[in-house]
Amino acid sequence: MNEAVVIAGKVLIFIGVIFDLLGCIGLVRLPDVYNRLQAATKCVTLGTCFILFGTFLAGGFLTKSILAIIFVVFSSPTAAHAIAHAAHRSKIKLWEKSVVDKYEEEKEKV
Amino acid sequence: MILDIPAIFAIPLIVCCFLCLYRVLRGPTAADRIVAVDILGILVVGFCALFVIYTPRAFFMDIAIAWALLGFLGALTLAKYLEGKGLDE
Amino acid sequence: MKKLVLFIVSFITWLILTWTVYLPSLLIGVGVSLIVSFWFADIFIRHPQNFFQIKRFLYLLLYIPIFIFYCIVANLDVAYRVLHPKLPIEPGIVKVKTELSTLTGRVALANSITLTPGTLTVELTDDGYLYVHWINVKAIDVEEATKMIVKKFEPILKEVFG
Repeated sequence: MNEAVVIAGKVLIFIGVIFDLLGCIGLVRLPDVYNRLQAATKCVTLGTCFILFGTFLAGGFLTKSILAIIFVVFSSPTAAHAIAHAAHRSKIKLWEKSVVDKYEEEKEKV
Repeated sequence: MILDIPAIFAIPLIVCCFLCLYRVLRGPTAADRIVAVDILGILVVGFCALFVIYTPRAFFMDIAIAWALLGFLGALTLAKYLEGKGLDE
Repeated sequence: MKKLVLFIVSFITWLILTWTVYLPSLLIGVGVSLIVSFWFADIFIRHPQNFFQIKRFLYLLLYIPIFIFYCIVANLDVAYRVLHPKLPIEPGIVKVKTELSTLTGRVALANSITLTPGTLTVELTDDGYLYVHWINVKAIDVEEATKMIVKKFEPILKEVFG
């Protein structure tokens, strides 16, 4: 039973590492800062949560890792929102093939 | 058992860190660099969790929690700086 | 009331962090939680009476699996777009409307939107509009975009935070 839990934790850690890797590939490949922020935030947050939950299972039910999961899930989207907002305010353009930018059109009113 | 080798997890994470560093070096705008630094901070949290399992040092989990919160504060500060505002707005 | 809510939350955090029932540690936790709750209760807690309704916690428990499901879908979606050699993306910023009234609810909605498929919150206005960066724009109109992005979470978040 205990062995099975440890192995399940290690498998979860492996899945998390793969998600991290995908997010960083997105960080390198995608064309502008908003797309990079999307891919990197989503994949790296979920990947790190998988790693922490795998640590919870494989390291003998450490409750601190659950606390770390809560902190990461709350803080990383907020940081992404702050960076996206600041990037748009400092007039960084969207990718030239972008479809629409409602925020640019209506920024004067806000 | 192949999952007992720490390098299986550590090598992809190190590759991730180098991809982030590439974006820090090449990033055409300041915002790209800030994104990469923020992501690097979250990757360090994952590294600390790996240390907890493969070494007998359980205190790395405390470092992971502290690093998550400090990285968040750092990202907020850099975002405010990019926006050109004071830190109390 | 506000101070009591913040005291409970910070003391539970302390218990998870130390994970022991050693008496001096518990006393230090009580002291630190008292200091925190007396200083910061007026800043962080807006609607203290909502905290004591059991129904909200049950809806929160229902919300967590939905959120995890959409989170994993989002990751597979990003993986598909990143590994595809032609990068099938069509980005743009659209505007959506939310009916949540409390600040906590709107922040929870914005964070949920950021972690779910293809969307990233850019701005949150005071009158209930969100500007969302969408990696694959399917609808430019406010109504359509609201239906496709917000409606997944809004009913249940309204029960939790509204």
